[in-house]
Amino acid sequence: MISLETKLPGLDLKNPIMPASGCFGFGREFSELYDLNKLGAVVIKAATLNPRYGNQTPRVAETAAGMLNSIGLQNPGVETICSEELPFLSQFKTPVIANVAGSTIEEYVAVAKRLDESGLIQALELNISCPNVKEGGVQFGKDPVLAAEVTAQVKETVALPVYVKLSPNTADIVQMAKAVEAGGADGLSMINTLTGMQIDLSSKKPLLANQTGGLSGPAIKPVAIRMVYEVRQHSGLPIIGMGGISAAEDVLEFLIAGASAVAVGTANIHDPFACVNIIDRLPQLLEKYGFQNVEEAIGGGNRNEANVSRS
Amino acid sequence: MMQTELIVLANEKIADQTIEMQLGLNSDNLGTEVQKFVPGQFLHVKVGEADTTMLRRPISIADVDGNGNITIIFKISGRGTDMLSKQTAGSRIDALLPCGTGYPVDNLNLDTALLIGGGIGVPPLYYLGKTLAARGTRIISILGFQKADHVFYKEKFAELGESIIVTDDGSYGEKGFVTDCLKEMDIDFDCFFSCGPTPMLQAVTNKLTGRHGYISVEQRMGCGIGACYACVVPAKSGTGFKKICKDGPVFAANEVSL
Repeated sequence: MISLETKLPGLDLKNPIMPASGCFGFGREFSELYDLNKLGAVVIKAATLNPRYGNQTPRVAETAAGMLNSIGLQNPGVETICSEELPFLSQFKTPVIANVAGSTIEEYVAVAKRLDESGLIQALELNISCPNVKEGGVQFGKDPVLAAEVTAQVKETVALPVYVKLSPNTADIVQMAKAVEAGGADGLSMINTLTGMQIDLSSKKPLLANQTGGLSGPAIKPVAIRMVYEVRQHSGLPIIGMGGISAAEDVLEFLIAGASAVAVGTANIHDPFACVNIIDRLPQLLEKYGFQNVEEAIGGGNRNEANVSRS
Repeated sequence: MMQTELIVLANEKIADQTIEMQLGLNSDNLGTEVQKFVPGQFLHVKVGEADTTMLRRPISIADVDGNGNITIIFKISGRGTDMLSKQTAGSRIDALLPCGTGYPVDNLNLDTALLIGGGIGVPPLYYLGKTLAARGTRIISILGFQKADHVFYKEKFAELGESIIVTDDGSYGEKGFVTDCLKEMDIDFDCFFSCGPTPMLQAVTNKLTGRHGYISVEQRMGCGIGACYACVVPAKSGTGFKKICKDGPVFAANEVSL
């Protein structure tokens, strides 16, 4: 019997699969399609201090092997999330990770504090990497000093484990990982979307009203795998890997590269059953490639690389 | 809502770049579910794999028959709809259905309904008109197309009641826009129902301000089930947005700002 269980700070996961923030709302719609108890965890849509209405439409566009989005962190605000959305999710035996966004360090801290006090979530994910809002945290995701500072201040305020979601839109992902590790992060989520743009030839204008958006989907998987692999060499923090996962094979790649769990994002848009299909298929795939359990697969590729480099 | 495979029963070009597709269920026991589909709801259709066409295509339901078969009509406007148009009889299509909130037909008791459709917004109005006509409502239709070879379903709407066709260039029916008919005609109706491009909906709702009516709004969609917040429209109350895929695509005419 292949075990899918995996442990992360604050999270005992029955399997390593969770829907990524922003692609799953607050779970209600997907709960009409399948039992959310099947998931390893749920990562809810970003919470900000006040309600946000997001960017102008169109907010989504199709690209080769992917999708651009510029939703703009639309959400009803942390208070409504705590009072109306989290109680719904708490009926399931599935850990909930809350994605936290803000414009200032004070806002991150206030949102994190409110979520921590709710008692309805098991971990926080600091979103310092959304590319779609001018003051939505991306400046924190590009500046290691700010990233460390926001991490440290949130950690001082909350008891929950804090994962920091890193942006790929940086010259040195390892430097960012080390910075938030120094700030006290318990883990990393990586990666967020890559900033992109697509032009509509008939109108000669960008397809998105916001002009640029975040590129996701299979197109970004090699970038994500490379970044997880690099960071794993230089940081001891556990990693929740994401970026273009749409099949169990993709999950195994992320595990071998060094992720301890994964989040499935855009694939849910294409196929709302993507997460459960992957969970069903994963044991067979682990067995096929000689792994007895998920824990054994984590970082398997790194160990081989280390052996080669020492010889 | 469910995810299921539909079987293509027939695929016919009925106007320029316009395909009528008959879809059957892969299970007999879903037939009663299809009978419950509300006019204005849509199918969210997967047209390829994630590495070619990531986004599903929302396509309105043009008709449902007594056997539980579904008719959709779509325009070939890009790669996805082109791929869909090439599906032949016997092909299987992955669809989420029924999606969205349709016209509130069960709560309406109307003597006369005015249907105002434009282009590929015409199909859902057929299922609506057929449903209302079966309940004894008088149907008046104003349907706008770009030009003669874009016109479809003129006979089917004529069977429902009075039907006026307009084309932008006058190559078929009256020349002009659907709103020109509203200006020229003194139409008595209880409720209007409109579906079409946003500029047309804006013109219609401006023209019929204060009248009881419903509009069906188009927008590029993501998940189609209300989770991703890609397709939203501002609420007219000024507080927040409505999700087109879940709260709509049908809204009361005074509910949203176009």
